Formats: sequence, C-alpha cells, structure tokens
Amino acid sequence: MKKVLVIVSLLVATMVNAQSKFEGAMVKGLGQLKDAKTAADLTDVSSFFERVGDAEKTQWLPYYYAALSLYRSAWVDKSLDKDKVADKCKDYISKAQAIENNADLYCLVQQVAVLQMMVDPMSRWQTYGVQAKDALASATKADPTNPRIYYLQGMTTYNTPEAYGGGKAVAKPLFQKSVDLFKTYVPAKPFYPTWGKEEAEKMLAAYN
Amino acid sequence: MKKLYKWVFITLIICTASSLFAQTRVTGVVKDNHGRIMRGVNISIKDSYDGGVSDSAGRFSFKCYDKGAQTIIAKSIGYKTIQQPIVLAGEPVSINFSLREEINELTAVTVTAGSFEAGDKKRAATVLNSLDVVTVGGANGDITNALKTLPGAQQVGEQEGLFVRGGTGYETKQFIDGTMVANPYGASVPDIASRGRFSPFLFKGTVFSTGGYSAQYGQALSSAVILETIDLPESSQASASISSVFLGAGLQELAKNKKSSWGVNYGYVNLVLYFALVSQGPAYFHKPEVHNADANFRIKTKGGMIKYYTTFGASNIGIRRPNIDSFLMNNAFRIVNYNWYNNLSWREYLGKGWRMNLGSSVSLNTDKINLQIQNQLNQRAYTNLSYIDSTNVAITSHQNLAQLKAVFEKKLSGISAIRFGGEYWYGTVKSVVNDTNHLLTDNFASLFSEADIYLTNDLAAKIGVRSEYSSQVGQFNVAPRISLAYKTGEHSQMSAVYGQFYQKPENNYLYYGNKDLGYVKATHYLLNYMKTTTLQTFRLEAFYKKYDNLIETPPTYQFDNNGSGYAQGIELFWRDKKTIQGLDYWVSYSYLDTKRQFDKYPTQLAPTFAATHTASLVVKRFFTKLNTGINFTYSFATGRPYYYFQPAGNKYIIGDEGTTKNYNTFGCSVNYLAKIKKSFVVFVASATNIFNSNNVYGYNYNHNGSYKQEITSPAPRFFFLGAFLSWGVDRRQDAINNNL
Repeated sequence: MKKVLVIVSLLVATMVNAQSKFEGAMVKGLGQLKDAKTAADLTDVSSFFERVGDAEKTQWLPYYYAALSLYRSAWVDKSLDKDKVADKCKDYISKAQAIENNADLYCLVQQVAVLQMMVDPMSRWQTYGVQAKDALASATKADPTNPRIYYLQGMTTYNTPEAYGGGKAVAKPLFQKSVDLFKTYVPAKPFYPTWGKEEAEKMLAAYN
Repeated sequence: MKKLYKWVFITLIICTASSLFAQTRVTGVVKDNHGRIMRGVNISIKDSYDGGVSDSAGRFSFKCYDKGAQTIIAKSIGYKTIQQPIVLAGEPVSINFSLREEINELTAVTVTAGSFEAGDKKRAATVLNSLDVVTVGGANGDITNALKTLPGAQQVGEQEGLFVRGGTGYETKQFIDGTMVANPYGASVPDIASRGRFSPFLFKGTVFSTGGYSAQYGQALSSAVILETIDLPESSQASASISSVFLGAGLQELAKNKKSSWGVNYGYVNLVLYFALVSQGPAYFHKPEVHNADANFRIKTKGGMIKYYTTFGASNIGIRRPNIDSFLMNNAFRIVNYNWYNNLSWREYLGKGWRMNLGSSVSLNTDKINLQIQNQLNQRAYTNLSYIDSTNVAITSHQNLAQLKAVFEKKLSGISAIRFGGEYWYGTVKSVVNDTNHLLTDNFASLFSEADIYLTNDLAAKIGVRSEYSSQVGQFNVAPRISLAYKTGEHSQMSAVYGQFYQKPENNYLYYGNKDLGYVKATHYLLNYMKTTTLQTFRLEAFYKKYDNLIETPPTYQFDNNGSGYAQGIELFWRDKKTIQGLDYWVSYSYLDTKRQFDKYPTQLAPTFAATHTASLVVKRFFTKLNTGINFTYSFATGRPYYYFQPAGNKYIIGDEGTTKNYNTFGCSVNYLAKIKKSFVVFVASATNIFNSNNVYGYNYNHNGSYKQEITSPAPRFFFLGAFLSWGVDRRQDAINNNL
C-alpha cells in the first residue's frame, strides 16, 4: 500500500512539476514581454516563447506570444525588414493554428497583414488589405465577443482615408464597442491574451 | 500517515532539485554557409525551454539544466534546421553552427535580364502595376504609353506600338494569358498613334520584356508584353464613367460563394465635343467615334481558374489633310474598323507537382480603308498626274486568327521545374485592294520546352528551346534560349541571357513579295545587374542584338531576305519610394546605337524610329489628407534620323536625309478621390505636353523628294477631364454594419 502511495505521489509530483514548469515559463515570458523596451528585447522574448512552444507541442499560447512579441518589434524598430518579420510571425501563427484556431489568432493574422501592407500601402492594399479584412471576418465568426476584433477594426478604419469609407467618425463606434465588450471580458483560461483594453480606451478618450 | 507526507515531501524535493543542480553553459557562434554572421537564430535543447538567441556577432550563450545526452537545435526561418547530439555534464560546452539557406521561391535568384516584372510575387519594388499605369502623368491610362517610360522603349508618337531597342513596332507582341493578341491597338489613321484596346485594370500582372524572353513566347523579334488577367474580383461592383471624350458603364458580379463571377462593360468614345473645344491640325470629316463592349466570366476550379474575356469594338474615323504634291487637292482618309476578340484560358493544378495552362483565343478584325484624292469642294477629283491619282486606294481587309496553346509544368526537387507545351495558330487575311484579291492563309505550329534549374538559392539557370513551323513561310526554325542568374548579395544579382528569336515577315511584304520569303531573325545577348529592396530598384542592363534575314523591298518588288542590322546599348532604371516618404519616382535612361538595312534602306542606316538617347522621369505623390494624387512625367529623346529614298534602277539611293530636333514632353495628371453618397468617385484631370513643345516625329516627302513636311501630333496637347464612379458592395462596410 505504502509503495503504491509512493508511486502515486511521485507521479503526481512529476505532473505538478511539469505543469508548474510551463506556468513558470509563461509567467517569466509574459513578464519579459511586459518589460521589453527595445526590438532586441522583444526578439529575445519571442525566441523564448518559440522554445517553450517547440518543447510543449500542444500549447498554442507560446507560439501566439512568440508571434505577438516579434510583431511588436517591427513597430518599435521601424528599420527592421517588415516582410521578414511577418514571414516569421506567420510561421509561428500557423504552428499555433495547427493546435487550436481561435479569434485571437485570427486577430494576429490581421495585425501581421496590416504590417505588411504598411510597407507600400498604395500598391499593397489590394493584397494585404484584403487578407487583413478576411482575417477579421474569420475572427468575428470564431468569437464575436472578442473585444480585440473591434479595436483592430477601429484602428484600420481610423487610418483609412474617408474617400475609401474610413475615417475618424466611422471608427468611433468600433472603439466604443471594443471598450464595452472589455467591461465584461474575461480571458477563457490563464495566460490567454488580455491586451487591448487600454489601447481601445485611449483611442476612444481622444474623441472627447 | 506522517511517513507518507514525508515521502511526498522528499519526492517534491528530488523533483525540484533535479532541475536545480547540474547547470551546463552552452556557447557558440552561428554563421551561414557563406561564413556570414547570423543573428536572431534560435538555439535550443530539444524538449526543454532552455536556449538562447544569437546576437549581432552571431554569438549565443545559455545555461541548461538538463543532463546527459540531449539534442541541440539551431533554427532560423528560411534556413535548414540543424539538430545534433550534445552531452551535457556540467562542464561548459562550445558548439558552432553553419546554417544552409533553403531554396525558397521568395528568396531565390530569378532571371531578371530583359524583363520588367510587376506584381508582388517577389515583393521586390514592383516595376509597374495597374495602378501605376493609370497614374503615369500624361499616359492617359494607356498601357503602352506607361511602358514607354521604361528603358528600352522609344518615344515614337506617330504610330502605335512599342519600338524596343532598335526594333520596329511589329517586333513587339502582346500576350494575354499566354496567347498572342493579333490587334492590340485601335484602328489608326496615318501619322497618328492609336490607343491600346485593353484597360490596365483588366490585368493583375504585367511583364515588359525588352529582350531574351522565355521559349514559351515566339513571333516577336524584339519584345514581349506578357499580360495576366485578374482572377475573381474582390466584390460585386457597378461602375460608370463620364469624361470629356467618353461615357461608360459596367457591372461586375461576384457569386455569393465567391467561386465565380461575371461582368459586362460598355464604353462610347466620341471626340466631336472635344474637337470643338480644342482645335486640331487636320480636318476631321468624321470625328473619331468608338463603341466598345466587353464581357467576362471567371470560375474557380478545384485547383485553378477558368477565365473568359471577350471584347467587341467598332470605330469610325475620317480625316482630311492637304495633299503633299498639290495644294489644290486634299487626301481624305477614312477607316472603319470592327474587332472582336475572345480569350478563354484554364489553369489547373493537377497534383503531384504538375500544373497545366491552357489558352485559346479567337480574333476577328475587319478594316475598311478608303483614301480619296479630293478637290477643295471635298469631291473626288483626278489630276491626271499619276503620282497623285495612284494614291487613291480602297481596301477591305478581314484578318482572322485562332490560337490554341497548352503548357505543362512539373515541379522537380526544390523549386526547379520543367515546362513544355505547344501552340497551334490558324490565320487568314483576306483583302481586296482596289478590286484585286489577296489571300494569305497560315497554319502555324510551335513546340517548346524549358527548364528552371536552381543549383542553389544563389545560382539559377533557365534553358529553353522553341521550334516553329509556318505553312506560309514553309520553313522550320529552332530557337535556343539560355539565361543564368547569380545572386551577388542579399538584394543584388546579375544575370546573363542569350537567345534566338524568329518572326514571320509582315503581311504586306507577303502580299507583294515572292512567296519564298523566310523568317526574320534576331539574336539577343544581355547582361544585367539589379539591386532591389522593398521600396527601391536599381537596374543596369547592357545588350547587343544582331538582326539577320530582314526583308528588303527594292523598287523592282523583288523582295528578299538579305537585310541585316544590329542594336547595342546601355539602359538604366532607378525607382525609389523610400527617400521621401509618400513620393514615388522613377528615372530611366537608354543609350541606343543601332543600324539596319531593311525595307528601302540601301545600306545599314540608323532607322527613323530610333533615338540615340532617351530618358524619362516619372514622379507621383499621393496626399492622403487631401485625397489627391499628383503625377508628372517628363520624357526626352534626341532627334531621330529621316530619309528620302529615291528609286535608282533596281535599288534605292538616299535622296535626302537629316535628323529631327530633340523631343520633349511634360505630362501631368491629378486624381481626386471622393465619396459622394454611396459611390466612390475618382476625378481625373490630365494634360500632355504642358509646355507646348512642337515635337516633330519625322518628315513626309512629296513624290520626288523636292519638298518635305513635318510629321507632328494633330494637336500639341491632349486634355482630359473625367469622373469614374463605382458602387462597390464594400465588404468592410458589411462587416461593420453586421456587427453594430
């Protein structure tokens, strides 16, 4: 009996250890992401998440954050080759999507498409602009209550010239909807994406 | 029970301890297979979180808590991942990596010599897309006019066509979805260039090849304009246009399942109003009038697309100019043209690396031309001077051409591929010239094969061969084409091309010439250096082209294939969207040295359509806040030679010669985007030759060369004012409305 108990407790301990190891890594990575200041910091965080993702194999979150960190690096350091960054991001996203597909991953697809469009908006909006639009449509289909969808939609609309159906005024209800949804939004599980609330509130506040 | 807790506690300690002790430091350097330092490479221990990233010196260093025999991984996107065993025992380990680049379509070298490719397949600064075509100031949305701002093309304004590197307009052919277009330009009157028949918005990709193009294309000695039509439209759309010279309306319907679409367009051009406002040199007794209708459908298949496009055009122009030999007489020239063009293509992925491209087209063209010598009362009149009366001519000509083309492609290892296929054309030209019948029939077939061989990401070769048989010419030809490309840096590359090109003689030679005229031939040698980043392109190209078997037309009408010639030169292109944000400009320069003996030319002479120096500057800027785009184009060319060839027995001699003055033109256009109610509107205003330069394209001589007359545009400037409206079922709007 004792032996059985010992074996069971050993097994439990290993599992707890494994679980806490992943959780520990996520806590560490998200902490680093929050503190990251330079593009190099963000690349390091991204690589760390990639390693966690590669080791875990069944978790989409590390790849999601690997892509998100790298995506942000392209905005911090404008001199980075956006297409190269995007290629790498898309590689992470497709690995994450192979595990699970959800609104947050579609949102990231949209963000990366917009990044690539910004390289040469005049000649690229027809390809990457459409990709971005389609990605948000898929995100809405997957979870219409995800507030990040409307924040991103708001940003694109905000930056689209009025002649093309965009503009400040058209974007406002989208930011409003995002902020409203954030009020009741609870991430589904630990470590799920939470960003976007402050950003949406800031955009909305600028209207007053 | 206490004992149990103790056990659990001990177990936990052991578990944590195992990861606390025995750290191993792993360090090293990462380079690529060329020995260049690589940063940002992720180094990790398999199935663990431990690892690091290489820094700007390629160095990495990390601590590792696992022990024993493990696997270390080095990976970076675009490179082959390396996995290798490593033993971790607490002692520091040093390990270096050399990553090999994967052969990848995005980063691999491509043969760029000779061609300007648009489209963002390669993401390189696109040279010219459909938006570029419509925003080239002064090009008036005409594909050919926009291509004339690229190096290699001449500023020829007195006739349509692209005159490339010392070649005639006939030596450039346009291909839509693989098949040749028999009549790409609208009907024209002498000394005035007509517009292309196709809207730039019909195409998603344009390749302007100024030499050395693929074995898939033939019957063009100098240049190929390879156009690829768009696939499904993004959304259903209705459109309308109104302008100073035309009216149009169209509808494009995308099926709900987004797998098929159809569309129709109609346009009507009439210059009566415009000519009333802007006076023209020649008198038009029938102001240009064109009806244009087109229709299309596109169906998405399992792994490809079926596309059909048809366009019907009818035009009517009548122009009266003073006769050059008699100031009492006028030449009244009238042309009525009907053109019906059909193109059906099917591309499909067949599986196992096989691709198929089928193309077919049918083109029916009728010209009714009448040149009449008239007196001052605009009545038919005879002078009894044979050199005047003999210029009266009435021609009815039916030109029909049907084509089939099949290309199969098999991907080999990596991105290497082989391609092969064939073409069959059946063409007839039935003409009645002053009651004399002419009939030309041609059965033309070709076979071609081509291999793209990627030795590494940095070295590629394209080797092809093409063979043709034309029943009209009655000869086979075999044309080998070889190109090599080598990547000299991350963004730069060099390529070299050799190729042979054959073309049937022009129909008017075949009418009157004896029937044993053979193919005309050109051999191209090109050397190209190109550096491209996303927003900048620099291109330098040198070429040598040798012409053989050109057609000579002595006064005896004993046409022969004994002509020859050469063209050589250097061309430069620079496009920059980076230096000044929002400003897009390109500069092109061509140096051309060419001589040829053909047509009436008694010896090798610089041809009348070739300027030694040609340069263009195109500047565009879009002001987002103002929703306005402004575009300028300046083109310059040195004077071109002109000749009077005087018959002297069985050959011609040069009776008179000279060089025209330099050519200058400055065009401008302004686009303003607006949203009016539910329609998106683009207002366009443009003008060509703003500074009113009197450009002389050449001279016409009277019957004995004693008097010459300038060839100029019918009006120095062309003004355009228009509004293009569209009502799109905007998907972004849909998305917003459904969610609010």
